[in-house]
Amino acid sequence: MFTLLTKIPDDLFGAAYYIVQRYAPLFLFGARNTLIIALSGTVIGLIIGLGVGILRSLPVYPYDSKLKKYTIKAIKIATSFYVEIFRGTPMMVQAIFIYYAFLPLFRNSKLFAGVVIVSINTGAYMAEIVRAGIQSLDKGQNEAARSIGMNNIQTMLFIILPQAIKNAFPAIGNEFVVNIKDTSVLNVIGVTELYFQSISVAGINYRYSDTFFVTALIYLVLTYSTTMLLKYIEGKMNLTGFDGPSSSTTPLNIGHYKVEEEPK
Amino acid sequence: MIITIEHLVKRFNKHEVLKDVSLGVNQGEVISIIGSSGSGKSTLLRCVNLLETYEGGTIRFQGKDILESIKGINTYRAQVGMIFQSFNLFSNLTVLDNCVIGQTKVLKKSRADAEKLAYETLEKVGLSDFANRSVMTLSGGQKQRVAIARTLCMEPKVLLFDEPTSALDPEMVGEVLNVIKSLAKEHRTMIIVTHEMSFAKEVSDRVLFMDQGIILEEGSPDQIFNHPTKPRTREFLSRFRES
Repeated sequence: MFTLLTKIPDDLFGAAYYIVQRYAPLFLFGARNTLIIALSGTVIGLIIGLGVGILRSLPVYPYDSKLKKYTIKAIKIATSFYVEIFRGTPMMVQAIFIYYAFLPLFRNSKLFAGVVIVSINTGAYMAEIVRAGIQSLDKGQNEAARSIGMNNIQTMLFIILPQAIKNAFPAIGNEFVVNIKDTSVLNVIGVTELYFQSISVAGINYRYSDTFFVTALIYLVLTYSTTMLLKYIEGKMNLTGFDGPSSSTTPLNIGHYKVEEEPK
Repeated sequence: MIITIEHLVKRFNKHEVLKDVSLGVNQGEVISIIGSSGSGKSTLLRCVNLLETYEGGTIRFQGKDILESIKGINTYRAQVGMIFQSFNLFSNLTVLDNCVIGQTKVLKKSRADAEKLAYETLEKVGLSDFANRSVMTLSGGQKQRVAIARTLCMEPKVLLFDEPTSALDPEMVGEVLNVIKSLAKEHRTMIIVTHEMSFAKEVSDRVLFMDQGIILEEGSPDQIFNHPTKPRTREFLSRFRES
């Protein structure tokens, strides 16, 4: 045991290099789980958020029936409970509560528990992001859709949501980056994600700062590459809005630009 | 009468925007509504399309109260097309899809049929070459012409124009007005809220002057523009003559 300890170099970089070499599989396993939980949690969270966000933005018009008005009101109260509770309490607390409250469900897989917790938590944040995205749109979009006879569902599905999601994409992507980091709190229920694995590695050698130097680097690689990827997608998305040379003052006398003739 | 408005009252909180407005619109008639800002012109138009609800009175479309069958509200709206001051084109769709989506989703037409009518209509407003462009790349005048095409594609029985040129640069007003003039020649039923006096004079069968939530004076373009009887109408029109 003593010989093993002396083998670790004293300087930070040397020690980190030694730890990476020796424990790479443990770190990789943790990073893999972190990514699985963060990615599926974000995707499922987005699906929850879309549903809840849409429900929270349901319009009520004065000519709607009483039943419809009360139903929408009830839905709004219920969803605001969900959003406020999960945005207003730490995910670590939610993790312990949900894990032990539904223990039989998670007995076989802590990874599954992790995905469920992150999804529910992310869903609350996504709901607000989606709602803000919907509210940020000019109300003329909604009016134009209604004026040609679209119902609420059609307006939402074909006109509002595509624009809202596009506008909210940076915020949605940011949730993914946040989740990569925040999965670390799942160590409280023993999910073998990157932080949990790092604690184990550090504990073996009693080398905390060296180990967590490596851990920090891995987190940074994960978040930075994700950020770059999201930036790239964002760039692509903006391009689709301008598929040709754009001009706001096309002169009237261009050949293909036909204007009805003045009546004589 | 295709549209009959009787004793319409509209309030925003306590402020009465429309006070007892009555109006009958004949099939094929072009009506212009003029008046200063805040006189209730746009609100009247928005009530007809049910973008605003109203507190009193009735609006009948082809004899039927438009509020009577709420389930039919979307069918009704599709028959009463609205053109907005700020165009309100669907910015997530191409020019063509702006004209197609209402036909396929609301009228349940096939994509092919819808595209055919969309191309024909875009041709009519002089924009068929722009069919596959994103609406973000168009000029204001082009946007408004697409918006007119989008509405025409629904084959509405009535067209409502809510200050269609007020958001345009002066040099783009002409192209939009020309499109509307050509529609007037087809004897479509139209209600146009506008500040373009010479245009109103030229296209309208009837001109209404609105002031403080009521129709103060109405008559033929000649009557309103050349022989207004009410002092308030004269005062309003004189300001336009000066400019």
